[in-house]
Parts: sequence; C-alpha cells; structure tokens
Amino acid sequence: MLVLTLLVLLPVIIIVLTAFKPAAEINQYPPTLFPSDWTLDNFTRIFSDLPFARLFLNSVLFAGGVTLFALVFDSLAAYALARLDFRGNRVLLVVIVASLMIPFQATLIPVYQLVAQFGWVNTYAGLIVPRAADAFGIFFLRQFFVSLPRDLDNAARIDGAGEFRIFRSIVLPNAVPSLLTLAIFTFVNNWNDLLWPLVFTTTPEMGTITSGLTLLTGPSGIIPYGTMMAGSLIAVLPLAVMFLIMQRRFIESVASTGLK
Amino acid sequence: MTTLTRPGRGYRPPAPLGGRPRSGRQTSIAILFLLPALVILLAFVAWPMLSALRLSFTNSSGFGVEEWVGLDNYVRVFTDPRILSTLGTTAVYTVMFTPTAIVVALALALLLGHPRLLGRGFFRTALFLPFIVSLAVAAFAWTYLLDPQVGLLNYWLRGLGIQLGNVLQDPNLAMPTVVLVAIWKSFGFYMVIFIAGLQEIPGSLYEAAKVDGAGPVRRFFHITLPQLSNTLAFVVVFAMISALQAFDQIYVMTGGGPYRTTQTVVMEVYQEGFKKLNLGLATALSYVLLAATLVLSLIQFRFFGRREEDNS
Repeated sequence: MLVLTLLVLLPVIIIVLTAFKPAAEINQYPPTLFPSDWTLDNFTRIFSDLPFARLFLNSVLFAGGVTLFALVFDSLAAYALARLDFRGNRVLLVVIVASLMIPFQATLIPVYQLVAQFGWVNTYAGLIVPRAADAFGIFFLRQFFVSLPRDLDNAARIDGAGEFRIFRSIVLPNAVPSLLTLAIFTFVNNWNDLLWPLVFTTTPEMGTITSGLTLLTGPSGIIPYGTMMAGSLIAVLPLAVMFLIMQRRFIESVASTGLK
Repeated sequence: MTTLTRPGRGYRPPAPLGGRPRSGRQTSIAILFLLPALVILLAFVAWPMLSALRLSFTNSSGFGVEEWVGLDNYVRVFTDPRILSTLGTTAVYTVMFTPTAIVVALALALLLGHPRLLGRGFFRTALFLPFIVSLAVAAFAWTYLLDPQVGLLNYWLRGLGIQLGNVLQDPNLAMPTVVLVAIWKSFGFYMVIFIAGLQEIPGSLYEAAKVDGAGPVRRFFHITLPQLSNTLAFVVVFAMISALQAFDQIYVMTGGGPYRTTQTVVMEVYQEGFKKLNLGLATALSYVLLAATLVLSLIQFRFFGRREEDNS
C-alpha cells in the first residue's frame, strides 16, 4: 500500500524535486530522482521568463473574486428560495436545478461575445463577472438553509427584525461550514481552470498561473522542465497548504457534495 | 428547456415553509434577494443558451455579415469526417476513462476500508492529493515523467524491458496517456465518494454472510456491489459527464494530435470557435455536447433522487 501510494504521488514528488534541480541535471541521461545539487535557479528563472508575480496575483484575484461574489450572491438567492414566501419559488428552484446540467463549455462562445461587447476581454471583470453567481452554489446553500430550524427567525421577526437582518445575523452564522465548503470548491475549481482564462485573456499579463504556464511549451517544442516544475510547484502550493490544513473538511465536502 | 426541468422522479425538496400555503406575501423582498444572482444567471447562462442555438444555425464568424444556413452546421457535425471524428475520439476517451477510473477508485476504497490497514487516514489524504492538482499541472508532470529522453518513468520502464518511445507522438499511445493523466487526477475524488457509500452498508449483512460461509469474493458480489449500486451509478454518470468535457491535459500534452487522435469535442469547439472563428459550426458541436450531457444528467438526477430517498 505504501509503495502504491508513493507511485501515485510520483508526479507530485517529481514536481517538487525537479523544481530544485539544476538544468544540467534535468537534461542528463540517465535521469535521476533526487537532485545531487539543490538550487533555486528555476524559481528565479520562472519570474524572468514569465510575468509570474502578476500571474500569481491574477490567480488570486480571479479565484478569490469569483469565490467572494458567488458566495454573497448565491447565499442571498438561496435564502430567498429556502425561507421566503413568494410566487414562483418552486418553479425558480426547478429551473436553477435544471441549469446545473449545462456545461460551461457549451455556452462559451456566446458568453465570450457578450463579454467582448461589454469591452471586458482581458479584464478582471471579464474573468469574474460571468461566474459571480452559480446555480450549483445556490442549490447547495438552499438545501442547507432549508434544514436550519426556523424558531430563531420567528423570534427575531417578532422583535421586528427585517429579512436582511435575519439572513445576516441568524442564518449566515449558522451556515459557516456550508459556506466554507462552497468557498473551497469554488476557489479550487477556478484556480485550476485552464479553458476559462485561456478564452477571456489574450495577453500573458492577464493570464492566470494555470494558463500562463502553458506558454512555456512554446512552438520550439523544447520544454524547459526546470522552470515548468518550479512554476507548477508554486501553482499547487497554496491549494496543497489549504488542503493539508483543512483536509477533513476538504474530503468530507467532496463526499457530501458529490453532485458536482 | 422547460420539458427537461423535472429533476428526476425521486427528487423531493423539503416541505416548503412548514406546510403553510404560499401566499406570495414576501414577493418584493424576495426579488431583492434574488436579483444579483438572477441577473448573472440570465445574462451568462440563459441568454448564451439561446444565443448559441441561434448561432448554430448561421455561418457567423463574429464579424460582418452572417447568413442563416439552417441545419447545415449540424449536418456537417455528423457527416464531415473531420468533425465527426471528434465525437468518436470523445467516445473513445469516455470509454477508456470511466471504467478504469471507477475500478481503480473502488478497489482503493475497498482496500482503505480494510480493518487491519494501519494509517488509513494518511493513505486517504495522500491518495486524494492529486485531486487538488490542476489537470494542466498534472499534464506538465506526466509529460516530464514520460519524456522519451530524460523522463524518469520512461527510463524505469525501459529497465523493466518496456520500450514506450515518445508516447505523445504515438497515435496508439497518445490517447491512453491523456486518459491516464485524467484518471490520476480524479480517482481520489471517486474513491472518497465510494468510501462514504461503503460506510453506509450495514455491517450486520457481512456478518450474516460470514456465518453462512460466504468468502470475500461472494460477499463483494452479493452484498457490496448491490448495496453500492446507487453510489456506483451516480459516480459512473458523473465520470462520463466529466469525460465528455476533456480538454485541459490534451491542450497541454498533445494539442489534439498526433493525427487528431486526441482531438476531443471541446478541443474542436475551442479551435473552431476561438481560432478559426467558425462560430456556427462550433456552437452546433457544443449543442451536441450539451445534448449528451443533458441525457446523462437526467439519468444522474434519477439516481441522486433515489439515493436521497434511501437516506431519509
């Protein structure tokens, strides 16, 4: 089992070890696993070959922005669907659940045209706004909000609290675990997404880490493995740290939200 | 869409508002809560759906005049061998990916469930780790490992007498390789869902079977598999849907080659739509993808509904 696990982790291990290997060692035959000489050259080179600090910032702003907006907008909508009495509630819920079935790849072209009409190609708005609300998030939070007991809101209502206050000071604090689960999911998905930044950005400066690294495999066909692995390590590191700190929540959220 | 909006027969949302009849007395405040999300979803999901449908009947390039061409694009999807082959490639990818990923995930879930295994939590975490690695980064790592000159895995396999050569340039091996990368990334995800499913099987069933003298193989086929069937069906459909959308690692590793053997539907949509600007053809092809996904999703919702019922 241990050997198997190490084999499974080989690509991760190779990223870490190669990132610290000097170029000469990377290209020598026979290849080695461990660097005999540890170096930071690959890390300095990735910052000169690519606008890497900018790419990292873009990834943070894109994945973080989408997560923040989606969490706010999704929870507001989920509150209305779960707790407010209005005509068409059920129909709206069904429509939202149905829209879960639409893969984003299927509507990418008209979404791009729309973003282009707004003049948002190559901007943070273009990357973030189309994903600022998400049917899955609404449905997921709605299911949780429905399950919260209603005694507290009724008490608050008698005290004269408005719906927004009930939402903010009663429902949201009780939904922190669900919100965190959704935040992790949204952040990881967007941080790792390749097609989306590829489509909505046209200059290297506006790409994300994930899309920016693909620029290293240029038309020459020669792949600079050292810099690529250093870049990959930096791309994976924030998620890996998040994962190791919150692995319980990570894994349980996967098991419970297995529907996406 | 409206004919497809029933989310599976078994699905039952919890009773609304404690069973009181709806009077719609909170409609105006509800609109305020819903407005931001609905504006986004209408603009960037609903409208593009209609817009893509319209585009798929035109020869639009995004600029200048566009003409209505009727079903031409759809006819081309199913008759032009170049485009049709991408449907075939995606089908091959799906057929290679789904059963392999699921067998691996289920086998590991069963292994991790073994009571005598030490360090179960460690193995679960370690095997789940690839799931947080992006497919693009996974593709970089595998490209290096499999490099014909300096690839470590290639070198080790040569030591075992297996000559792989340049897998990404080999028409027979390029597809299995990009499938392998996707399996590597996602098996941990399916494994975790299987572990959750396995935990729900009552232990008494196994004890009864043991008393009756059933061995491990019989217990697997007569208890585990039938008890796990809903989870299994759910994961199968889920895996198939994600296989239909294959793109990232292919873009990085092969660019759809060699000889278009890894040119999947989404790769083709990307190239036709964003490189060649054949918007009509690209949107027609995405509608075919959409239709396939819808069919699979409807099946999935039925199983999901059943799973909910079982749990309640």
